[in-house]
Amino acid sequence: MIPKKFDYYAPSSLNEAIQLLTENEEAKVLAGGQSLLGLMKLRLAAPTALVDISKLPGLSYVREDGDHLAIGALTTHDTIEHSPAIKEKFTVLNEAASKIGDQQTRNLGTIGGRACHADPAADLPTALRVLDAEFVMKGKKGERVMPASDFFVDFFTTAVGHDEVLTEIRLPYLPPKSASAYLKHSLREHDFAIVAAGTVMTLGDGNVCREARIGLGAIGPTPLRATTAEQYLKGKVLDEAKIADAAVKAVEGVSPPSDVHGSKQYRLEMIKVLTKRSLRLALSRAGISGI
Amino acid sequence: MRVNHKDYSGEVEPRTLLVYFLRDELNLTGTHVGCDTGHCGACTVVLDGKAVKSCMVLAVQASGAEILTVEGLADDDRLHPIQEAFRENHGVQCGFCTPGLLMSSLALLRENPHPTEADIRRGIEGNLCRCTGYVNVVKSIRAAAEAAAKRRMEVER
Repeated sequence: MIPKKFDYYAPSSLNEAIQLLTENEEAKVLAGGQSLLGLMKLRLAAPTALVDISKLPGLSYVREDGDHLAIGALTTHDTIEHSPAIKEKFTVLNEAASKIGDQQTRNLGTIGGRACHADPAADLPTALRVLDAEFVMKGKKGERVMPASDFFVDFFTTAVGHDEVLTEIRLPYLPPKSASAYLKHSLREHDFAIVAAGTVMTLGDGNVCREARIGLGAIGPTPLRATTAEQYLKGKVLDEAKIADAAVKAVEGVSPPSDVHGSKQYRLEMIKVLTKRSLRLALSRAGISGI
Repeated sequence: MRVNHKDYSGEVEPRTLLVYFLRDELNLTGTHVGCDTGHCGACTVVLDGKAVKSCMVLAVQASGAEILTVEGLADDDRLHPIQEAFRENHGVQCGFCTPGLLMSSLALLRENPHPTEADIRRGIEGNLCRCTGYVNVVKSIRAAAEAAAKRRMEVER
């Protein structure tokens, strides 16, 4: 399968890349290519030009930066999966990265590419949404930073302008006594999620839930937060009944699609199951077990 | 680019996929085209030390890269130890997926010389075998790891 013809540019700096994108309105940014090339081969995408940023120096890193962990846009899923800092502090992202495709895909695919591709069934967007990640974009007019709640706009659509490049993703550190988990339900392990749930749990004194975050994936055009369930859990001492209540509340206002992978009803049930399991897992990691 | 320790240069159309450059331009037809959609892993090569699917990389992206294909494994008539292990353990049935599996195995064992069975199965997750030969493939990779460990011990002695 051969993509449609396109012009290929390999800029040597970020500024040159931005310039090329400004000049070519139909151009697409090529990073790891593990989503974009697939679409181009199937001719579901046919950009007239590719601006290959994969060789640009200084865009692949995981480093501590004040109140957040900074991840370069070209950091591969494999690197994220094996980063001790991410594993320890942002387990939900580590688990999401480890569940993407297969080893070959994780070796080339990048966090920035996955975020910009914005496939609603992909693993990373859900994890980034629940972590309240911030996205750094650079363009002609300079730099802007945007929260995940605004970054994911629609199916395969983000807030990145056509003449902008996503350069960094920032993960604000979680308070002490926090833990997270990512669970995905798919037919085979490396498939896209039928539904996915990523949760972050922060405990306070006396094991009261200080904050609960529930991110849901593959249930609509963008990853969502189950805010009603989050509000319900806040300030409560948690037990099995409250977790079950939260799982029921997690599907309030959610309208997942029916497709070949699962009906709407099936997805709604599975959201409850995954929310429950994911909350329990995050809780046990935060130090409360037996729920 | 450097392929199997030899330098090659050429001009390609930007849309040329690496697998077609290897097969059609360099005549290295050991790398197979299976699904051509990035699922089956038959086209796996080792690019700068990492296993990648060569149908999911543009040839121009691999400009300047170091690539190893299945042709680069054997030393003249002497099979690579991983190939030897596949032969000994009947890790090959029809052989179509084998070049990709060998390259994934090589990258896996270089990164993790003592893999558990779970590590092996995860490492070859991106390689489909339609003869259903996974049991013997896993056995072969394990045998290759054990043989390499034995060789290392002998060298140390």
